[in-house]
Amino acid sequence: MPFLEVEHVTHQFGGLRAVHDYNLAIEPGHIRGLIGPNGAGKTTIFNLITGIYNPTEGNVRLDGTRINGLAPHRIASMGIGRTFQNLLLWRHMNVLDHVKMAHFSRIRYGLLGAVLGTPRRHREEREIEDKARTLLEMLDIGHLAGQAVTNLPYGAQRRVEMARALATEPKLLLLDEPTAGMNPDELVQIMEIIRRVHRELNLAIFLIEHRMRFVMELCERIQTLVFGEVIAEGTPEEIQNDPKVIEAYLGSGNE
Amino acid sequence: MDVRRTMRGFSQVPLLGWLVAAFISVVIEIQWGTPLAQALGLPKIPVLFGVVLALKQPHLLPGAVVYLLLVYGLPIALIARLGAGIANQAAGALLRLPLWVSAAVHLGLFYAALELWSGLSDYRDLVLRFTLIAVMVTLSLNVINGYMGEFSCSHPGFMAVGAYAASVLSVDLFTKHRVFGEALLPPALGPFLFPLVLIIAGLVAAVSALVVAIPSFRTRGDYLAIISLAFMFIIKSLIENLEIVGGARGLGGQPDWAGLSTVFLWTVACVWAINNFVRSTLGKALNAVRDNETAATAMTVDTRYTKIVGFLFAAFWAGVAGGLFAHVLRYVNPGTFGIQKLAEVLAMVYFGGLNSVYGSIVGAVGISLLGEALRPLEIFKWIIIPLLLILVMIYRPTGLVAFKEFDPKAVLRPKNGPERERDALPRG
Ligand SMILES: Nc1ncnc2c1ncn2[C@@H]1O[C@H](COP(=O)(O)OP(=O)(O)OP(=O)(O)O)[C@@H](O)[C@H]1O
Ligand SMILES: [Mg+2]
Repeated sequence: MPFLEVEHVTHQFGGLRAVHDYNLAIEPGHIRGLIGPNGAGKTTIFNLITGIYNPTEGNVRLDGTRINGLAPHRIASMGIGRTFQNLLLWRHMNVLDHVKMAHFSRIRYGLLGAVLGTPRRHREEREIEDKARTLLEMLDIGHLAGQAVTNLPYGAQRRVEMARALATEPKLLLLDEPTAGMNPDELVQIMEIIRRVHRELNLAIFLIEHRMRFVMELCERIQTLVFGEVIAEGTPEEIQNDPKVIEAYLGSGNE
Repeated sequence: MDVRRTMRGFSQVPLLGWLVAAFISVVIEIQWGTPLAQALGLPKIPVLFGVVLALKQPHLLPGAVVYLLLVYGLPIALIARLGAGIANQAAGALLRLPLWVSAAVHLGLFYAALELWSGLSDYRDLVLRFTLIAVMVTLSLNVINGYMGEFSCSHPGFMAVGAYAASVLSVDLFTKHRVFGEALLPPALGPFLFPLVLIIAGLVAAVSALVVAIPSFRTRGDYLAIISLAFMFIIKSLIENLEIVGGARGLGGQPDWAGLSTVFLWTVACVWAINNFVRSTLGKALNAVRDNETAATAMTVDTRYTKIVGFLFAAFWAGVAGGLFAHVLRYVNPGTFGIQKLAEVLAMVYFGGLNSVYGSIVGAVGISLLGEALRPLEIFKWIIIPLLLILVMIYRPTGLVAFKEFDPKAVLRPKNGPERERDALPRG
């Protein structure tokens, strides 16, 4: 059974129909890609899945349960982690605290525990910290734990976002343009990291990308979105050879 | 070059050294303060570091400055510098014991110095107690306006609720009163139950804060500023019209339970509790919500719960501070908790620094002293303080000591050799 199902979802921004009759099913452990020209509605689809927007029509199901209408933090704690296209980090927090914060829903010590500094608080904080450091190591940014995020280079900031998303312990990870703004070196590294994360944590991944080589190499299946509608879906070869995709997307000057 | 070396010497003085030095200079003042003041042509010792003289009797200022140098400046500098070695050893030995032992020793020493210092003048004692209360109010408002990044104006209202709740309890239960009748409990029990009275006052304030929190944090948008301002005015006029607590005339007769030691202990408790909270992941969620709410929700942070909890927690401490305030003054009236109080507290928060325990202490102490210095100006004080606030917001928008984490262990640590290098390493 698919872990995530999106059924006939349509979303309107006032008069603008950003997404129309969109469908998706992701099995556990799969890597799927979403491509499409600027303004096609890709990020909107992520926002619909994660509860930031509530779809005008249609349903989003997680493990069979309907989740549209739930608050984003509930959906996140049910197993959907995400990164953001335009890096939404907390500017006054260091790297380690970013990753610790994503354990929020599993904190049990409560206000009194926090205020009185109970042994339980110290134990839980230590556990969270250990987990956070393990994740930072996995993404090769363990040495940055104490750094302020605002001083980090772009590539490192993207990794912090990914570590933070992974700390929610998701079963499905949504990556919104994970390579945006990266140089070729960083590109190779991030691809390796995505593979490693996928292998070691056994996640499903759904990613939005503009760089064709990247998507083609990573994803098992790809959807192409144009003006809010899926015009083609299939394996990387099928997508590459689809005349509609070539005309609408590859031919439009986007790499 | 020499100056640099001297300064480096001072940077190696641990907190313990400064406290011992301060204590000794207070003893010096007790011994020789009065004759020295007379010799310098001062009518009496400068009670508040001379700040009160600045506007009232400026011609006495030079004498006051010399006095301060001789009684405080020089002895503190000498003792701190010469005793740094021993102080570092002592501080190091203390840190090998559980942290609370070291904290208790430092606080005990600090309290002893304050107790002796304030014993020399009733005015000092009163200003000191009000300043400590101001630290509590400022830090608790910082939780909302700094750590959470909202803008709340309701703190005087929470203080009022706490002040009246505590006063009604203590007057009704432990004293004979015109309206409330005979004492319901033996007055001798009072001082022991006073902590409970204050906690109840804090809880009542926290419950009243729900009235602001629930509508303000329902949706996004800047409703909090306006709703909290309305709350402050409503509380004030509510009390003005509540005859049973004296209406606009106020309520007096609170027992004398809020001496320096009580106020000091509560201030320490408040700073400790709030600092614990804001350094936990639960408390840092306030920062996440402030810096980016979308990212916070996507990382499982329940933003509404976080804001409401932070808000009520802050209101609780404002309520406790209000209860103490009423028992220091032993009289309250609703006029105290109006727009002037608000301006003062906001000035303390923004002047001292957002998101910082140090900042709140600096702000509360600084503005309290300034307030005493400007007292002769009467109503014009209320032009100068807001003006200062505006200047700070223009030139240093986050305040003097903003975004600095208060780590008790680092504060109590010896300041020599390898320990200093450990300071520079990232936390972990
Ligand atoms: N909050 C919003 N309100 C109104 N319109 C929006 C909103 N968010 C997105 N849109 C519009 O919806 C359309 C789809 O936007 P979306 O951000 O999903 O595109 P995208 O495929 O992610 O593009 P890009 O590759 O540039 O990131 C665009 O026309 C955009 O202007
Ligand atoms: Mg996008």
